Amino acid sequence: MRLVRLLLQTLLKGPVTQAPPPADADSLAQLAATLSARSRDTLGRSLAIRALDAGSCNGCELEIQAVCGPVYDLERYGLKVVASPRHADVLLVTGPVTRNMALAAVRTYEAMAAPKWVVAMGDCARDGGCFAGSYAVMNGVQELLPVDLVIPGCPPEPEKLLSGLLALLETVA
Amino acid sequence: MLGNTTLTEFLDGLRTVPQHQPWPRHLLDERAWMDLLHQLAESDWTLLGLWADGGEVHAALRDEEDGAVAVASLSCPERKYPSLSEVRPGAIRLERALRDLWGITPVGLSDPRPWLDHGRWPVSRPLALPRGPAPETPVDYPFLPVEGEALHIIPVGPVHAGVIEPGHFRFTCSGESVVRLEARLGYTHKGVEELMAGKPLAEAAKLAARLSGDSTVAYSLAFARAVEAATASEAPPRAHWLRALMAELERIANHLLDVGGVCNDAAFPVMLAHCTTLREEVLRANAACFGHRLLMDRILPGGVSHDLTREGGATLRKLCATLAQRLNILVDIYDDLPSLQDRTVGTGIVRPALARRFGAGGVVGRASMQGGDARKAVAYPPYDELDFAVPTQPLGDVNARIWQRIEELRESLSLVNQLMDGMPGGPLTRPIPTRGGEGMALVEGFRGEILLWLRLSEAGKVVRCHPRDPSWFQWPLLEAAIENNIVADFPLCNKSFNCSYSGVDL
Ligand code: SF4
Repeated sequence: MRLVRLLLQTLLKGPVTQAPPPADADSLAQLAATLSARSRDTLGRSLAIRALDAGSCNGCELEIQAVCGPVYDLERYGLKVVASPRHADVLLVTGPVTRNMALAAVRTYEAMAAPKWVVAMGDCARDGGCFAGSYAVMNGVQELLPVDLVIPGCPPEPEKLLSGLLALLETVA
Repeated sequence: MLGNTTLTEFLDGLRTVPQHQPWPRHLLDERAWMDLLHQLAESDWTLLGLWADGGEVHAALRDEEDGAVAVASLSCPERKYPSLSEVRPGAIRLERALRDLWGITPVGLSDPRPWLDHGRWPVSRPLALPRGPAPETPVDYPFLPVEGEALHIIPVGPVHAGVIEPGHFRFTCSGESVVRLEARLGYTHKGVEELMAGKPLAEAAKLAARLSGDSTVAYSLAFARAVEAATASEAPPRAHWLRALMAELERIANHLLDVGGVCNDAAFPVMLAHCTTLREEVLRANAACFGHRLLMDRILPGGVSHDLTREGGATLRKLCATLAQRLNILVDIYDDLPSLQDRTVGTGIVRPALARRFGAGGVVGRASMQGGDARKAVAYPPYDELDFAVPTQPLGDVNARIWQRIEELRESLSLVNQLMDGMPGGPLTRPIPTRGGEGMALVEGFRGEILLWLRLSEAGKVVRCHPRDPSWFQWPLLEAAIENNIVADFPLCNKSFNCSYSGVDL
């Protein structure tokens, strides 16, 4: 059967996963400033991430999906995207934070147990990006939630996203 | 008139607006608008879009018999107009959105509820002059009542379990079966139309490229073509071909992810893993050839920003060969797995008549026998010189939408090769003259036909721009498709539609 053949071939060829990028130096510096006091032991080098689309164009989501795929394989680092904010240590927010999503975003954050971190992914999440100034958006995540790390880009490339998250892992977990 | 009138005959003799390109725009008075409503009840014309500009409401229509496209406009000094929703149900959400943004009332629209406005903006009627005051309280949104014994309600969202866009779904169920699904969207409303107003072309183009990130090429193309129409200019031939190349690469990348995604939602993640890996190769080729993985901001009014080098061409040819071969393996696997098809066959059926009624195109429409494709219907360059088929499927279920994507993938792979074979030389851009005008574009994105209309000032700035995502006419069908299916099949149905949230929330 074709499926069995494909599975065997995949096994023999070895993984398509590429070598990990180094933890991002900029992000490490950013995090050192905000997180120095927090405990490193509690999380056991593993972070559960809850992705939250706060009004993105969906471009950032595409790169989150890429990072979860076999080529970047987020989970090998102990980073896992989870379904419920109750299970999450990190809220990964995309989009400029639309006013229509603000309440849901706050509730998602509040549903997370402490300690918790907020990552603003993409230029929109940083400061509203090209949507800044609209009646319908809040000009970035920091207007609503305490942001620990910004990963800029439109959208940030998978390597950038990964190295930012790895920096978070190194700093907090 | 009624009877067998064509759209062109019907509009013939009405006042035409100069400088609306490439299709005519006619000014109707209230009586002519009422005649249009009556005629729409008889005729099979497709509603392509409905939007406002200042005190005018515009409806874009297409006569499918001869392909004629026209815009009918009604001036509404009293800020109301007779609603199209009775004769074209696809207009309902457009009219609700238009009422929220402009404060123009569709008289006869049976649904009084707001759509994009959740009562959380610091203004109301944000596009009207003057704007309205901020609402005192958020909208208390009444979902449609459902009556019956032992029904229960499952509210889902706006935050979903997966990495997807936000929206609220309200399921009313009887046991496992869905009796009714109602969606409430608007959560990602960013006020793009207002942001675009008054912007120079370069800035507005950036916003257009971010209406729906997965369709960034298609939206940039639509914006560029509308600007070029409004200014009576044209991109050079090589730009047309490069644009089409990017559009097909975008279609390939998205269809791959959707085929994998649907299978994943049917508990077959192997397919998603392989499809994601293939998609990654496309995105890397994009980055290598054009400098951006999603090809954002590569298509600009007047042309394109990046040329394809010889090495780039070689990369793409190799990519196509690999994809074609590996896609075949995945297709065989899909075709060979009864346990997977058990989930997809007969699930989430959209009947052709319903797809027709809502004017739904794209993958969703074509998987239900609707043959429309702007690349053929409008035949914008270079598609008029390319050889490709527009496949359709008769059954309209999840399985049909998978096969539709597979067949479109194959056509697109062939198109990429044709585009490389025939790519003309020459410059990449031509300057856009600074002048006013109105332009409209119809462009086939991976989801379906995008309409983009704009009006430019004499200084060459955007006065008004309205983008209409294909999902406007596909979302309502999802509510019908899920009826009498089990709740557990909703992710499957939803993924097989893969409608845009950001694109319709604006
Ligand atoms: S940063 Fe760019 S890709 Fe991400 S949501 Fe904003 S516009 Fe889209």
